[in-house]
Amino acid sequence: MPHDFDPDHPHSLLPSDPELRVRALESILVEKGLVDPAALNALIDTYQNRIGPRNGAAVVARAWVDPDFRARLLQDGTSAIAELGFLGRQSEHMVALENTPTRHNMVVCTLCSCYPWAVLGIPPSWYKSDAYRSRAVREPRAVLAEFGVNLLETQKVKVWDSTAEVRYLVIPLRPEGSEGLSEAELAALVNRNSMIGTALADRPGAAG
Amino acid sequence: MSRIHDMGGRFGDGPIPDKDDAVVFHSTWEARALATTLAAGALGAWNIDAGRHARETLRPRDYACFSYYEKWIAALADLLVARGVLEAEDLERAARIARGQAEAHAPAILDHAAIRGPDVLASQFKVVPYRRPGGPAPLFEPGQRVRTKTYNPNHRKPGGHTRLPAYAMGRTGTVLCCHGAHVLPDSNAHFMGESPMPLYAVEFGASALWEGDAEDQGDMMVLDLWQDYLERVDE
Repeated sequence: MPHDFDPDHPHSLLPSDPELRVRALESILVEKGLVDPAALNALIDTYQNRIGPRNGAAVVARAWVDPDFRARLLQDGTSAIAELGFLGRQSEHMVALENTPTRHNMVVCTLCSCYPWAVLGIPPSWYKSDAYRSRAVREPRAVLAEFGVNLLETQKVKVWDSTAEVRYLVIPLRPEGSEGLSEAELAALVNRNSMIGTALADRPGAAG
Repeated sequence: MSRIHDMGGRFGDGPIPDKDDAVVFHSTWEARALATTLAAGALGAWNIDAGRHARETLRPRDYACFSYYEKWIAALADLLVARGVLEAEDLERAARIARGQAEAHAPAILDHAAIRGPDVLASQFKVVPYRRPGGPAPLFEPGQRVRTKTYNPNHRKPGGHTRLPAYAMGRTGTVLCCHGAHVLPDSNAHFMGESPMPLYAVEFGASALWEGDAEDQGDMMVLDLWQDYLERVDE
């Protein structure tokens, strides 16, 4: 063992280059039969291609068009999201937060990076950044301004710090000009950041 | 008693980076770091709270300079050894394989793998709740004023895991709701049992947290806090 080996942190035995580090861990776990290489590829495919913010957008669009679903969603987010099949890892207990003309909701995890994976996919890099984690609770309005969010004068900000296993989904205000759109067309207006509270939903014709 | 991960309210971190980031994995190794961590986690040798604690107890200088997935894989290596899944010698061999100084053996029979390729997608939609029946009776009800502990060390384990952020210590707020009894991270992270305990959403006025520095006195912050972190306020 290296003379500076720290028994509390055996990771120091691995190469410091992250690419080599991961290869080392993967190799030894596969060699010992502890990890199935096919499972690794399937996990990557799952979060790259199959689970992402389109799930949450479907929840929001349903809430916009179906008042009964909206009521159930606000009453018990876990049960309502289960109706659409989007509960799962890191989305076991869900609470939906509806933005209104008097309230803008915004979600953070100051202690780590808690995020509703099954509903929104794995978190974007900014959500995991020190800057967002440190600032969102102290100066949410400055953070929102950085994201280009213009609050209504009547809106107060409510920041939800995900300190437990409850996961939060923001229901953004339905944009003007979206009357008469289909549920699928509405879902296309619901960008990822709007469901974290750092963006508004897109306006029709301005999506993307 | 503080740890480096507890950064809510900290100054000096600068602008928010990559605000339009739509890339799931920024490199192949990040994708493999996530997958290896999840597949190893499925072995059941640790729980989610122990996983978080392993990242939080990285040396502060490592925590500060490691990227997100570098924290994950460092904590993964530490956990694998701490929990007896691997020996330190295994990591040394792993390092030699990665550097091309040793040949990896053909994969052993996957008798021990907890998760197989075809089962992966369904496994990610499996719901394993953290709410538990029983636990102590709730002491607080919605609308009640409560104060967070001013000093909240882990009494079970010195320097142990806890989830009351420093910025919200010793502050008075209002209970929004009780989520029921949830697994207590302070105990579960150290394999001392789930110790389910009532968990509350507690709302604090921005002025209760940040006093005169609050951006808008009408803004609010909500935290999910276990009963142990809270005290009654006599008004």
